[in-house]
Amino acid sequence: MFKIVKAEQLSANVYKKVVLAPRVAASCQPGQFIIVRLDETGERIPLTICDYDREAGTVTIVFQPIGVSTSKMVDLKEGDYFLDFVGPLGRPSELVTDDFEEVKKKKVIFIAGGVGTAPVYPQAKWLHDHGVECDIIIGARSKDILIMEEEMSKVGNLYLCTDDGSYGFKGVGTAMLEKLVSEGHHYDLCVAIGPMIMMKFACLTTKKLGIPTIVSMNPIMVDGTGMCGACRVVVGDEVKFACVDGPEFDGHKIDFDQAMKRAAMYKTEEGRRMLAYKEGKTHHGGCGNCGGDK
Amino acid sequence: MADVLKKVPVREQDPKVRATNFDEVCLGYNKDEAVEEAQRCLGCKKAKCMEGCPVQIHIPDFIGAVKEGDFAKAYSVISESSALPAICGRVCPQESQCEGRCIRGIKGEAVSIGKLERFVADWAREQGIKPAAPAEKNGKKVAVIGSGPAGLTCAGDLAKLGYDVTIFEALHKAGGVLVYGIPEFRLPKDGVVLPEVENVKSLGVKIETDVIIGKSVTIDELMENEGFDAVFIGSGAGLPKFMGIPGETACGVFSANEFLTRNNLMKAFDEKYDTPIFHGKKVAVVGGGNVAMDAARTALRLGAEVHIIYRRSEEELPARKEEVHHAKEEGIIFDLLTNPVEILEDENDWVKGIRCVRMELGEPDASGRRRPVEVEGSEFDIDVDTVIMSLGTSPNPLISSTTKGLEINKRKCIVAAEDTGATSKAGVFAGGDAVTGAATVILAMGAGKEAAKGIHEYLSQK
Repeated sequence: MFKIVKAEQLSANVYKKVVLAPRVAASCQPGQFIIVRLDETGERIPLTICDYDREAGTVTIVFQPIGVSTSKMVDLKEGDYFLDFVGPLGRPSELVTDDFEEVKKKKVIFIAGGVGTAPVYPQAKWLHDHGVECDIIIGARSKDILIMEEEMSKVGNLYLCTDDGSYGFKGVGTAMLEKLVSEGHHYDLCVAIGPMIMMKFACLTTKKLGIPTIVSMNPIMVDGTGMCGACRVVVGDEVKFACVDGPEFDGHKIDFDQAMKRAAMYKTEEGRRMLAYKEGKTHHGGCGNCGGDK
Repeated sequence: MADVLKKVPVREQDPKVRATNFDEVCLGYNKDEAVEEAQRCLGCKKAKCMEGCPVQIHIPDFIGAVKEGDFAKAYSVISESSALPAICGRVCPQESQCEGRCIRGIKGEAVSIGKLERFVADWAREQGIKPAAPAEKNGKKVAVIGSGPAGLTCAGDLAKLGYDVTIFEALHKAGGVLVYGIPEFRLPKDGVVLPEVENVKSLGVKIETDVIIGKSVTIDELMENEGFDAVFIGSGAGLPKFMGIPGETACGVFSANEFLTRNNLMKAFDEKYDTPIFHGKKVAVVGGGNVAMDAARTALRLGAEVHIIYRRSEEELPARKEEVHHAKEEGIIFDLLTNPVEILEDENDWVKGIRCVRMELGEPDASGRRRPVEVEGSEFDIDVDTVIMSLGTSPNPLISSTTKGLEINKRKCIVAAEDTGATSKAGVFAGGDAVTGAATVILAMGAGKEAAKGIHEYLSQK
């Protein structure tokens, strides 16, 4: 059992939980993820680590409810428990593992989209703590769903943008990037993390601008240790397992269209379970499709 | 009196009924049937059956006790050698081990040793008989990585010798392949696996779930910072293999590991659980091993028409005969001498079929089996909406890549001495699939047992 020491709602639909998990807190690095399971009937949910405190033994996760398990997770309060919290999984960000002398020469721009702002934070914070300055773009649909502005402003030069112009620059994150470059900013590396579609367009833009780009993939997975192979992503000519080979990859090599289709694979099945969770089991079979007849 | 040349038949769920549920297929012997079957045992002085048992259960002694109706004694005889008899009685390939050597088997059918073992273990569980923890601890700490058959056996044996043993399990539930891999209808989880895991715990073994060795903590850290005097690696087989054919990343293509883990560990077949599973209408399972049979029979129970696609003939199927027999009875279709060359996708990248070629058998290859050769121009398509790849696994590098001085071979399996489990790193032992590549439950148990002896010897000299 893993105790929740702090629970917070960050925006209309984004939630933060700080979890006591000493083994994970002791060994995790920016870029890695954990798998959490709410209770006995819960699904294993992979979530990228947002922050950690080695001394307090805590790890922070940020999520948006999508399926049944994440919807139930919303209600967890301070003092409640996750049944399982396992990690760290995946490889740390290359910013952390590469030769620091090389890393510190680089001018890095982060593009954070929506709930993807959370996994950007520990990387920017790590650079900041090591005396490396970076730029950060946070993009969101509108002001009320933009998260972590305050934390982010402490670790990098922040550029905010909203699709509807309700806050900061009006437009998407990639438009902001193009603007910065046109104003004379130079970047050696872009780290783009957010919804798949946002990462796809970020990569199209950075390819045009000639900026190498790293993305963090969050495909469907079960165990997170390489065993199930559900998280296959096509990177260049190769098929990689996001859980052990990633989650971060060269964004210019990822087949995003395929990744998006794979991410939607269980949509119908999940939707059915979600409906049953929200409205109770009202379906009594007869459609011949769902197995409810048996 | 029944025909002494034949086994007392074991009761099973009717194939038509069981094809629609996840309850256990084989119902096992009752007392009378067990005693009757035990009477077929000749009680050989030089027991061939024991030579075939990787953990050397004293088979004639336990069957002798069953004959006399002394089931408690039978259980204590088995317990001397095996910590998981209810599991072994169900999933061991007895036909190629103990029963394969049985003298009765020369003229007729071998004694049903597996079903008798199962009966004794089930009886003991129903009576609430539990092994007792040793009175004295020797103060030495051993870490066991993985709670599958190798780890549980090694941990159990070491605990009996007085060691302070902690098992580290990466998943949220102990049991390894017994929990995530083998389906409920072959090995009930709450009914059989859980109680046997509890038995190991009642010997004093601690189990810490949700710890990934190599990630959460390394072997070096366990030994240097957490005071473990020795480590046993029983981390299992690893990463699923795919064929490398076009279309394999399409939606609707799963590894058998994913499909089975969703269903067994995450209980996706049960509406109460949140984890989804894709209910295909027509499923192709590629491969012919026990795992392929498990995946096929699971898909069938979820309501699909299921084809096993295997490139050799029935004789070469690596799965146990009993499993193939059960699969056929339930209505699995076997497309033998058939090999997939491409997975066909629709406009949404969903599987719509599998393109195969016919095969014929040529000269024997390195494995001694006749090599399948493609029949030219024999391409044909089978309409399916789901493909499950069951081609075996390759070792997981999580541990080998994070442990200093641990030697691996060119297949990336951990190198370990067969008789002691000792690896190239002092104090670190290994066994089971992590060493051999994917094999059977009982071979992993055998390796766990040898390693327990190896660790005891190593730590006694220290």
